[in-house]
Amino acid sequence: MQPFTIHTGIAAPLDAVNVDTDAIIPKQHLKTIKRTGLGKALFEEWRYHHHGGENPDFVLNHPRFREASILITGANFGCGSSREHAPWALLDYGIRCVIAPSFADIFHNNCFNNGILPVILPQEEVDALKREAHEAPDPTFTVDLHRKVIVRPMGNRELAFEIDDHGRGRLLEGLDHVGLTMVKAQQIDSFESKHRLSQPWLHPAG
Amino acid sequence: MAAPKTLFDKIWESHLVEEHDDGTCLLYVDRHLVHEVTSPQAFEGLRTAGRAVRRPDATLAVVDHNVPTDPDRVHGIKDETSRVQIEAMLQNAEEFGIELYHVNDVRQGIVHIVGPEQGFTLPGTTIVCGDSHTSTHGAFGALAFGIGTSEVEHVLATQTLVQRRPKNMRIAVDGELGFGVTAKDVILAIIGEIGTAGGTGHVIEYAGDVIRALSMEGRMTICNMSIEAGARAGLIAPDETTFRYIQGRPKAPKAGAYEQAVAHWRTLPSDPGARYDIEVTLKAADIEPQVTWGTSPQDVVPISGRVPDPKAAESEEQRRAMEKALAYMALEPNTPMRDIQVDRVFLGSCTNGRIEDLRAAAKVIAGNKVASNVRAMVVPGSGLVKHQAEEEGLDQVFLNAGFEWREAGCSMCLGMNPDILQPGERCASTSNRNFEGRQGRGGRTHLLSPAMAAAAAVTGKLTDVRTLV
Repeated sequence: MQPFTIHTGIAAPLDAVNVDTDAIIPKQHLKTIKRTGLGKALFEEWRYHHHGGENPDFVLNHPRFREASILITGANFGCGSSREHAPWALLDYGIRCVIAPSFADIFHNNCFNNGILPVILPQEEVDALKREAHEAPDPTFTVDLHRKVIVRPMGNRELAFEIDDHGRGRLLEGLDHVGLTMVKAQQIDSFESKHRLSQPWLHPAG
Repeated sequence: MAAPKTLFDKIWESHLVEEHDDGTCLLYVDRHLVHEVTSPQAFEGLRTAGRAVRRPDATLAVVDHNVPTDPDRVHGIKDETSRVQIEAMLQNAEEFGIELYHVNDVRQGIVHIVGPEQGFTLPGTTIVCGDSHTSTHGAFGALAFGIGTSEVEHVLATQTLVQRRPKNMRIAVDGELGFGVTAKDVILAIIGEIGTAGGTGHVIEYAGDVIRALSMEGRMTICNMSIEAGARAGLIAPDETTFRYIQGRPKAPKAGAYEQAVAHWRTLPSDPGARYDIEVTLKAADIEPQVTWGTSPQDVVPISGRVPDPKAAESEEQRRAMEKALAYMALEPNTPMRDIQVDRVFLGSCTNGRIEDLRAAAKVIAGNKVASNVRAMVVPGSGLVKHQAEEEGLDQVFLNAGFEWREAGCSMCLGMNPDILQPGERCASTSNRNFEGRQGRGGRTHLLSPAMAAAAAVTGKLTDVRTLV
């Protein structure tokens, strides 16, 4: 997993609440057995017309935001299905950071397993960032996870955000979470032995 | 004396391998369900790292999401990408020693119907699956939740998950449900009440007279849609109804162990005085049959209601969201819900694809015909549900009325197989999500109960089932 430390890029304002994972990546793309290649289908039904061709009204099709790597959006982003194809599609498109007033739980977890930083800010601050993405001569923001700040394009003003230490640590180091837990095999073994004694019906006989 | 604990607290605390100062926990997983869509990348990860599955005996795989529901499917799956994904599932199950139910096995079906049916789902356990509707299993008093594919890989390799402790929420539904009002109406009313993010960060325990009186099928319908309320999981305390359902199922504890298990399960319900972070109460008498009008499960009204008017929205953002939903759904504000014509009816899914759901719909259908403007299909939740329904003659009731009677799978709930809506088609659906494009690009979904779906099939429009039976 690619670590997330300091990221500088264009931020696109996606003006919608309750953006569900079906909207992020439609089901016909879930048949892949790979993690990569989903970027072209990100937000497919909003990005392209039914019979092909780009929808010029969709934010990521504006010349200003086409190269975006940060998304600023509405509450409850990523609700619905658990599909990790949603963060895979975002990442494959080039999105490294999503800023919203809140996230759905499973999507939020999935971000941390894919090197995507989900930033939670109060609604007013998200709205202010969205406005700035529209109004700044150059909508380039910097997100600094070391210092937990967003550096805004207009006047280089900084906006602080909170994130839990565990998630932050994992993103900063880009650690393989399976490997980290495998190191604890002994603790898991000893838990399992106790568990087998208290609820033997959950374990194979012998 | 120890502080009173909730059902959730008890399960959580008895599965902690480790707890860190920063609030992260290593949680032991008792049961892992796997399906073809969210697992290939996880198995690939294991293979690349040379890792094994820690507990194949605690892992069960099915194919359900993308399988066709055409009886011809046993002769091979025509869609190339679906076939490749299913073959990958078969190969991974074989290579890693995991039991799998393929389409030629009567036990095949939707993962959340198969688990309970086989007695794989048990009270007091932790259950995960790479699918958000894993919350279904909470009906048994199991802590069950959906996870992403990276987490699937983590569970396969370590039988644990790194998690933060969610909060406790309690939703009580008191009183007695009115005639024609079902579990689906209850959960839709709950989502309408608390909103689609109302349960975020919480595990919801459902309680009250109504929940206690429900069958296991009804309880599963309730817990299934916890995710549509944003919750991490849903829970219902196990009781005699639960134990009766489990006893004798293939993977349930056998005699001897069963009694020991029941004794443990009886200790699980929340202690008197246990504390919840949020408590909500609904009165059963206020709940009518429900139907959604928009593109989020929270966009729900009673069947006697009307399409809402964005002018009445509480905020600018909400007004825009409503206008967008109405434009997508091609609905005018203030239209009576009962005037909305449908083109399709879908009866099935992990929400409402169980035997009781088919019985409820068949009761409404019996002696009637599907309206001429409607194409209607039944997709039983599993091969065993289908078999049971055929034993009871329900298939003939549906076929005589003009329904299609299909093989088990997720089908049109998410439209990954050939069962999809055409652009502009309007569907009365017993599934769980009315998102834009969910059942097919440009398709319009109205969520409702099996009895209400049956009523819509007969009249050709959204209908109050109470006027038909």
